[in-house]
Amino acid sequence: MIQVDVQHRLGSFELKAQFASEGRVTALFGRSGSGKTSLVNIIGGLIRPDHAHISLDGDVIVDTKHKIFVPKHRRRIGYVFQEGRLFPHLTVRQNLLYGWWFTPAAKRLGQLAQIVALLGIGHLLDRRPRSLSGGEKQRVAIGRALLATPRLLLMDEPLASLDEARKAEILPYLERLYDETKVPIIYVSHSVPEVARLASTMVVMTDGRVVATGPTADIMARLDLVPFTNLVEAGAVLEAEVLEHDEQFDLTVLGLCGGRLWVPRLNERSLGTKVRVHIRARDVMISTRRPEGLSALNVLRGVVAELGPQCGPILDLRLDCGGQAILARLTQRSVETLGLSQGTPVYAVIKTVGFDRQTLGAGFRQANGADTAAVPI
Amino acid sequence: MFTLTPEEQAAVELSVRVSLWATVTSLPPGLAMAMLLSRGKFWGKSILNGIVFLPLVLPPVVTGYILLLLFGRRGPLGAFLADNLGIVFAFRWTGAALACAVMGFPLLVRAMQLSIDSIDRALEDAAGTLGANPVWVFATVTLPLILPGIIAGTILSFARAMGEFGATITFVSNIPGETQTLPSAIYTFTQVPGGDVAAFRLTVIAIVVSMSALLISEAISYVVGQRIGVEG
Repeated sequence: MIQVDVQHRLGSFELKAQFASEGRVTALFGRSGSGKTSLVNIIGGLIRPDHAHISLDGDVIVDTKHKIFVPKHRRRIGYVFQEGRLFPHLTVRQNLLYGWWFTPAAKRLGQLAQIVALLGIGHLLDRRPRSLSGGEKQRVAIGRALLATPRLLLMDEPLASLDEARKAEILPYLERLYDETKVPIIYVSHSVPEVARLASTMVVMTDGRVVATGPTADIMARLDLVPFTNLVEAGAVLEAEVLEHDEQFDLTVLGLCGGRLWVPRLNERSLGTKVRVHIRARDVMISTRRPEGLSALNVLRGVVAELGPQCGPILDLRLDCGGQAILARLTQRSVETLGLSQGTPVYAVIKTVGFDRQTLGAGFRQANGADTAAVPI
Repeated sequence: MFTLTPEEQAAVELSVRVSLWATVTSLPPGLAMAMLLSRGKFWGKSILNGIVFLPLVLPPVVTGYILLLLFGRRGPLGAFLADNLGIVFAFRWTGAALACAVMGFPLLVRAMQLSIDSIDRALEDAAGTLGANPVWVFATVTLPLILPGIIAGTILSFARAMGEFGATITFVSNIPGETQTLPSAIYTFTQVPGGDVAAFRLTVIAIVVSMSALLISEAISYVVGQRIGVEG
């Protein structure tokens, strides 16, 4: 449980943020310049805030009123920086063990071998950081932070400096990170796909303020937050179950919204496992009658639950499909032509090829009910 | 021709001893000063900076004379040190070492300061988040990263000490076997009839010693540079 209440002035920018999260992976989400990095720097102890009260599992680490400021080396808060920050004069092995040496033996979270296996970096141990690729550097940086046995792991856009191929290489490790280590994570990002895949809780920031906090699926389904999240990538995040694999057409059938969703084949998922699906609003079409003679494989029944604010020619809808929310992005013109209003029964049409590796992730965490319960299934 | 007379040999030995002492003893305060000037934020920093670099721009004779006034037998610092700690600088080889240290200090500090300025402080923050307290951060991150600067500064300061003449001769004179360093000896030999050969021998030695120091420093810097590399 982390509780943060911060007020800090940086030149003309004012950070005034408050949030609390019990989530295992909490995303600090917002556009560049919204104050996310400053906020994690304050949590990590890299910046001394003007006014703040921060506690971690009831343990106060900053309280400006009572002049408490625990220095960063005694906070046991790990930090994975955007650019890795590996020590250039040490080998990968020495980098990994750096924080381990400063941790009392009894408290150590894991041994080198476990972390190395978790992150798949065994072949890099004797190399030096400068000879590593961006993705390898980030994995080593994550391992180094974990071996210091943190109570909380801060990750500041760890994928931002990587290309798509490198991101795809690291994402699976990040998905497993909490389940394997049980270290809660605060993940800073401005990428909807990343957050949709990784975060259980979202804290949405804009202009140094927190505008919303809640379970990822709830926040992603809120139309009023779309302007703060991201106009292009906005869309609902749902949990679905793997029902069957179609060998012939290389597809996988997922069960959600009381219906079936065909997506490109998810080879590594066995039947019955939960997967997380990010359905981008712009990939959803609306029909008032059951469509026929259509190439799209996915047709889900629902009703219009809410119409969002008009944004230029565009308007976002929230549909209620068998208890789950799906966002759809239409033109204002289509909304009028179809006569859509709250309660109108509709069919949502979703193209199978609209799904890619980025929009399909691991399932919501099952270990503790808190976050999963927030997602209607 | 290449056999040294006892007097010449004494000058060479003295010079090496004086230079080593000057360099080694000025290293810790030099590092502290470099850290202070690079990282510190305090009133009067530019004045302190000026004082440290003064020996670089003052005529060496003036520096030597100031040392004589301060550290001479009757100088305020000299009298205090002699009475309380039994350390005497005036007309002793220790005085020559002090003069060399003062003259080499700006070079030592400058090289280390540039090195400290250039390291990525974000790495120190990273070490802190991993549980290292400021002392450990300095020992395990800062120090290894500024090692090339420390080596460069040390060699520069040693070379400066080997060549130091004006401040030394002004402060501690030119006493054979006590304060007559290599440059003082060369100067003395050029002033006496028939001293050319001795002066030439010592000149060759001066070149060999200085050149070796330079080559060794290049080699060490290369090895250290290879080890540290640049994160790209």
